[in-house]
Amino acid sequence: MASDQATTPPPPPPPEIQSHDLPKVIVLHPPPVFNYFKDLFSKKFHLLKAWESPLPRHEFLTNHAHSVQAMLCSGTGPPISADILRLLPSLRLVVTTSAGLNHIDLTECRNRGISIANAGEVFSEDVADLAVGLLIDVFRKISASDRYVRHGLWATKGDYPLGSKLGGKRIGIVGLGSIGFQVAKRLEAFGCNISYNSRKRKDFVSYPFYTNVCELAANSDVLIICCGLTEQTRHMINREVLLALGKEGVIVNIGRGAIIHEKELVQCLVQGEIGGAGLDVFENEPDVPKELFELDNVVLAPHMAVFTTESFKDLCDLMIGNLEAFFSKKPLLSLVMNE
Amino acid sequence: MDSITVLMTSPMSDYLETQLRDRFNLVKLWTYSSKTDFFKHNSHSIRAVVGNTKIGADAELIDSLPELEIVSSYSVGLDKIDLRKCQEKGIRVTNTPDVLTDDVADVAMGLMLAVTRRVCECDRFVRRGLWPKGNFRLTNKFSGMQVGIVGLDRIGSAIAKRAEAFGCPISYYSRSEKPETNYKYFSNIIDLAVNCQILVVACALTKETHHIINREVIDALGPEGILINIGRGSHIDEPELVSALLEGRLGGAGLDVFENEPEVPEQLFGLENVVLMPHVGSDTVETADAMADLVIKNLEAHFLKKPLLTPVV
Repeated sequence: MASDQATTPPPPPPPEIQSHDLPKVIVLHPPPVFNYFKDLFSKKFHLLKAWESPLPRHEFLTNHAHSVQAMLCSGTGPPISADILRLLPSLRLVVTTSAGLNHIDLTECRNRGISIANAGEVFSEDVADLAVGLLIDVFRKISASDRYVRHGLWATKGDYPLGSKLGGKRIGIVGLGSIGFQVAKRLEAFGCNISYNSRKRKDFVSYPFYTNVCELAANSDVLIICCGLTEQTRHMINREVLLALGKEGVIVNIGRGAIIHEKELVQCLVQGEIGGAGLDVFENEPDVPKELFELDNVVLAPHMAVFTTESFKDLCDLMIGNLEAFFSKKPLLSLVMNE
Repeated sequence: MDSITVLMTSPMSDYLETQLRDRFNLVKLWTYSSKTDFFKHNSHSIRAVVGNTKIGADAELIDSLPELEIVSSYSVGLDKIDLRKCQEKGIRVTNTPDVLTDDVADVAMGLMLAVTRRVCECDRFVRRGLWPKGNFRLTNKFSGMQVGIVGLDRIGSAIAKRAEAFGCPISYYSRSEKPETNYKYFSNIIDLAVNCQILVVACALTKETHHIINREVIDALGPEGILINIGRGSHIDEPELVSALLEGRLGGAGLDVFENEPEVPEQLFGLENVVLMPHVGSDTVETADAMADLVIKNLEAHFLKKPLLTPVV
């Protein structure tokens, strides 16, 4: 009996994506967005994934990245230092998945003429939403009273202690960029009074402007840290500022942990020198000072302000859009302007 | 006025208790071991009752106080007061509207953010030491979510104003349409539930609104939908809500009120998509004092034969 053989030849296998034809992008460490959308990047770019190589990083870069013009990085992973940049002589563009730039040697980039594109305003709303969520939680003890109920204490211990009214409180926003502005807009609807401190006065708002953050704190019930981390802002929120904020004062940080002097913040909270804190960022993530776990007037989040499906998808589109624009010599979508 | 005897029904506020004791002859219901004991000693002297959301003035209490002239409630909700009996007997009733509107609206917003962005779950995640093991997952974005409000009176309107600042489109179901707002009106609650992502209960509890959130409404809201209750526990069919959450037929819930406070269904304690608060909607230092002041002012106005500040009956 003749064996079953197809009379027509089998269809050819689908053509493999010739990845070496795609433009090269060096990635030292996978950004969080790769957990969800890596394939969207791999389809369009030849990703040189340093973290997957057995070679030490400097060897990998020397051997494989000499001609690479574009880098994709994030706030996680190694800082993009001058040393790393010097191993990439053809680099013209750094695309970061963060809004923050504190992990990039900006001076070296400026000297080399390397452009930087960041996350722009893609997750300003999500970060603002978390800032407001943390603030309401601290004022109205949402997480703390949720714990109380789940431990069965409402029935046995009675009513929960009173919280504090949000309306009429003076909010001091540190850094009135895209995120700070979205926070201000939201809190105005709660009847709060907004003031701010920023590198420069902003003409498009009529909120009172304070030239220094200590004065802002002295005239505020709440400080919300919305600025970037730079040499000027590192440990800007220290004991002096916290004491100026006062015993009833609340601080919310959705910027970078190192903007606040963390040891001094913990001390002020433990000693009751300030009223409470809502923190999404810390100096040595993922380590969080254990003393904070004992406190009911503190709400803690694991640097997740941008972790929404919508933000990640928008971010992915923006990063790919920037890289595509670069490789087709079009204007970048979210170029960071030197200030 | 310290010859006037006022009954306080439960220990609702130390500040209010002090104010009442300073001005009137204060009798505290909870210090009596039994109702009979209480009625034996006081029923003929009491001219005013100060009640709250736990113990108000029901028919039995009203009938047993022949000298009762006024019920001044330390709440805006009137569901614990037999209003019809008060009307029949010419007993005045006051409550505490407006002073607590902002606080309750703030809790509604806090619950919406806490449930959609998993704030309490994140706090637990960090405190349990889980962060070093890996990042938190992605949640849904809150800004721009469609918010549906049941009851667009003071509290409902205050919630709408806040949610608008987050770019949330607002729709509502109410006894009557409010054409002065720009919000989308639905004439039945099922249509509202179908057309929103977050449904907020902000209406008064009456016979008509008892269990207004039932299985049908929960199913219409759906497995991605979120239910927020800052009204009264009995607005929601609680067993239906619990099974919907356990079975994944409802996306999440933020609850400040329950049918049998302080009891809360224990099956909810293990769920990450719910946030549970112990009826603290108006519980801030500022508002508690403002409410107490309003109770006192209403009582003084009544006994000085002046117009009541916030009369209901």
